[in-house]
Amino acid sequence: MGKQVTVPFGPQHPVLPEPIHLDLVLEDETVVDAIPSIGYVHRGLEKLVEKREYPEYIYVAERICGICSYIHSNTYAECIEEIMHIEVPERAKYLRTIWSEYSRLHSHLLWLGLFADGMGFESVFMNAWRLREHILDDMEATTGGRVIQGVCKVGGVRRDIAPEKLDEMLKGLRGMERELHDLTDVFLNDASVVHRLRGAGVLKTEDAYYLGAVGPTARASGVPIDIRQTGYNAYGKINFTPVVESSGDSYARCAVRAKELYTSIDIIEQCIKKIPDGPVDVKVTGAPDGEYFARAEQPRGEVVHYIKGNGKRNLVRHRVRTPTFTNIPPLVTLLKGCQLADVPIIVLSIDPCVGCAER
Amino acid sequence: MGREEQITIPIPFGELLGRVGQMKENGCRLVQIGCTKIGDDFEINYVFDKEFALTNLRITVKQNTVVPSVSSVYFGAFVYENEIHDLYGITVEGMNIDFGGHFYRTTIKSPFSVTVTKEGS
Repeated sequence: MGKQVTVPFGPQHPVLPEPIHLDLVLEDETVVDAIPSIGYVHRGLEKLVEKREYPEYIYVAERICGICSYIHSNTYAECIEEIMHIEVPERAKYLRTIWSEYSRLHSHLLWLGLFADGMGFESVFMNAWRLREHILDDMEATTGGRVIQGVCKVGGVRRDIAPEKLDEMLKGLRGMERELHDLTDVFLNDASVVHRLRGAGVLKTEDAYYLGAVGPTARASGVPIDIRQTGYNAYGKINFTPVVESSGDSYARCAVRAKELYTSIDIIEQCIKKIPDGPVDVKVTGAPDGEYFARAEQPRGEVVHYIKGNGKRNLVRHRVRTPTFTNIPPLVTLLKGCQLADVPIIVLSIDPCVGCAER
Repeated sequence: MGREEQITIPIPFGELLGRVGQMKENGCRLVQIGCTKIGDDFEINYVFDKEFALTNLRITVKQNTVVPSVSSVYFGAFVYENEIHDLYGITVEGMNIDFGGHFYRTTIKSPFSVTVTKEGS
């Protein structure tokens, strides 16, 4: 055994916009262990349920993260609706599905851009974010917000989308698809990208499952966990197959996200074709009395909102388990055995969202 | 009611490690571990999933109870257990990675162990 040295990685690092720290134990250039540290930006948002009533707390839930904001509000609302036995109108379920997939599109494009930037492909970064702007424009046009939408509420949604606008959105996505092919072609087929990602940070199928990996991190290792398959929102009425890869390396994680862009566009197209007419919300009275674990598929994977109410306007507990939080143990495992130079790309490959993880 | 099958099983505190071991043998993955303060007691929920069905093992403890770590069964449990220790002040014994109370850098020790009533109520 060679001499071991410990090298700190983060919490400020050029490839990471958010603070996460790793103590990397090295033998020569090989990582033999990685100890993670978070907690630099913990906000204690869950504690606010004691001061905010459950209908207004949806705004707090939505502010857990600036990327997955919409899906946090959707999952929180669904949790309350399940406890209170509220039947959300069908049209609202389809609208929620459309906005969820728009969130996935903008998050994956953001990540592809950051990933390209991490490898030094500045023009690819620019093009990924340019395409993301179209998605954000549609989000803004239909909800009023680019980052925080504020469109979801307990009992439905606050805004409807006119049929003409839905057709326009679909036309825009179809037009963008051609450019997406050019973009994803770089990540899937460019020789230097493939060389950099193949075999880097391998997570085996069994490790991915028992370490708690979720989302693209799990699916890239051959674990077909996709919470959309449980049929929440309108997903139960949509045909789609989760993107699953088997090699478990950084290339597979990149490929899953790149291919999921097309799945999202297909889901939005099906929603637009099938969306029924009708109201988009129902009146909600009373307060939740009971508990429920609501789950949804965020761009980074399964998010869990647990709520416990006692019939009063303030909840007893709101607990959020985010995908990045549960992807930390798999990250520790897949870093073992890699080269020091590959660490930034491997860390980026799980798409860490520290804002979500720390709440 | 509910689109998902969700079962909650309250278990005696002493049976925790054995029951968690059984969950792994049955092919369940650990979804999360979370704590809830109910009066003077703390409910700790160990949530498992298999084929989109959730099983929730629940123990109820006092704050001074020393809870055994399940990180020997599920390696990834250490993040949840350190979180419970730092936010609720519950000691978890035998964690594979123990941050010694520095997982979260909170200015108040065990901030979630007290209930703050709503202002004005």
